[in-house]
Amino acid sequence: MRKRSLECIYKLAQSDERIVFIGSDLGAGVLENMKKKFPKRFFMEGIAEQHIVGMASGMAKEGYIPFINTIGTFLTRRCFEQITLDLCLHDLPVRLIANGGGLVYAPLGPTHLAVEDVAILRALPNMTIIAPCDADEISRVIENTSNWLHPIYIRLAKGGDKIISKNSLKFKIGKAILLIEPRNALIISTGIMTQRAIEIAENLKNNKIDCGILHIHTIKPLDKESLLYWIPKVDGVFCIEEHSRIGGLGSAVLELVSDYIPNDTYKINRYGLPDNFLNDYGSQETLLEKNDLDIKTLSKKITDKMDELNVLNKRR
Amino acid sequence: MLDKRSKYLRKLILRMIEVDKRGHLGSAMSIVEICRVLYDEILNYKSNNPDYKNRDIFILSKGHGCLALYALLADKGFFPKKELDTFCKSNSILGGHPEYGKIPGVEISSGALGHGLPIGVGMAIAIKLKKQSRGVYVLTGDGEINEGSTWEAAMAASKHSLYNLTILIDYNKMQSYGKTSQVMNLEPLADKWKSFGFQVSEVDGHNIDDLKTSLTKFNSHIQKPKVIICHTVKGKGIPIAENNPLWHHKSKITDQEINQLYAFLEN
Repeated sequence: MRKRSLECIYKLAQSDERIVFIGSDLGAGVLENMKKKFPKRFFMEGIAEQHIVGMASGMAKEGYIPFINTIGTFLTRRCFEQITLDLCLHDLPVRLIANGGGLVYAPLGPTHLAVEDVAILRALPNMTIIAPCDADEISRVIENTSNWLHPIYIRLAKGGDKIISKNSLKFKIGKAILLIEPRNALIISTGIMTQRAIEIAENLKNNKIDCGILHIHTIKPLDKESLLYWIPKVDGVFCIEEHSRIGGLGSAVLELVSDYIPNDTYKINRYGLPDNFLNDYGSQETLLEKNDLDIKTLSKKITDKMDELNVLNKRR
Repeated sequence: MLDKRSKYLRKLILRMIEVDKRGHLGSAMSIVEICRVLYDEILNYKSNNPDYKNRDIFILSKGHGCLALYALLADKGFFPKKELDTFCKSNSILGGHPEYGKIPGVEISSGALGHGLPIGVGMAIAIKLKKQSRGVYVLTGDGEINEGSTWEAAMAASKHSLYNLTILIDYNKMQSYGKTSQVMNLEPLADKWKSFGFQVSEVDGHNIDDLKTSLTKFNSHIQKPKVIICHTVKGKGIPIAENNPLWHHKSKITDQEINQLYAFLEN
């Protein structure tokens, strides 16, 4: 996904002279083609995220559209004040391309796990947050940024994931994509959890639960219209995300429902990471399993919850 | 001794202090002459067209010194002087820190320290890329450069040979708690900037002629960013505030104190 995003930035730079790339001491050879073709628009800066976000803001004020790329944790925690003031307060078109959203860097420990990035950035006015579900979708995201002249945080996954998105479903920033129409249950997912959602929906079908999937690639601004249309039509809603249960997609959905359709809040179930530092290594998959975010556990939890909700619905 | 214009600009500052009986008086008095020389002699701008495309960029990174900036912007006609009488009031364009988009002539919102230089570096890089001849001037506080982001940006300014960037440091040797030498010693300050790859000069930050000379004397053939260490006095011109940390920021200033402040400028 990262490789594709960088290719897309290079492609965009060929047709748009405003595009510049800024890396923070990335791996050797990154975007070598852009460096050769547009050396003046390729910047490999030091390990200095606070400065880089400020510098990008200064360039954006002078008419450029900078794409900054580095590891998600460093691009959010380290320079949060710069993102808040230099980018969001000034509402400038800087793109933050975050490697390793969620548990991708599991072997590297808690310093590298971006599990609260959505929560902290979601609180910032003018910020847009996008978590694509596969490499094809990241291409559409980058293509669509040209006319979105505001700060954007793009949360990348590991890469090499199966392609599940389709061009025919028409990507638009801020517009959710209905992958499967729901009848009695709806999974709301973002990023690569949408890949898991497809398998979970298959499992649920065997348990006679007709489950739809609403893929929220844009967590902010949230697609209020789609959510308020589909949530009242189903018995249970299941938000799944590779992020802390505090402040991520599930919280955003629950806040919306509480504000607009409070009688439906009982339907909302949020599955994410617990409120503690994940004291383990292994792989992204093992950490997901240990935190009950694997396909088997989620399928069971949703099935059990649907049983409960059906009982509840009959009583209401 | 302050001349007539320096006293006049200070009176504009007191006019704002009088409105809400508060403000960063010491921090503003320290930079009056620096701002005056920039707006009177150095910067290219059009006060009736703040977005004028060939303008130089001035960033007041120590946003808390904004009273001095407001005095100059009002004096130059960026906005009517009567706005000064709304300082910190609801619906005013003039808050306790300057905001971009509200105040004509303010390039960035500052207030959190250590932001102006990285942004200025980005603007200077962009201006170089566009092959424009505009200059970028960033005024920082001395306490402000405790912030690590300053030194990240300094390394980058040097790496990118930003000959179009000039940093002015308001070196009044006082920060909020007390003396910079005790809170976070900056010395040897000139050597620090030299070692970071800057052309460095030092000047009396209240001497108009010296400030003008130091802003124009740099060797333009050397492709290095510039820094001017301006030796200043916190609270300059107001004896009770000079070098007095209690006047770094003061609120609930009494009418009697305000009369006293004006009296200092009359004498």
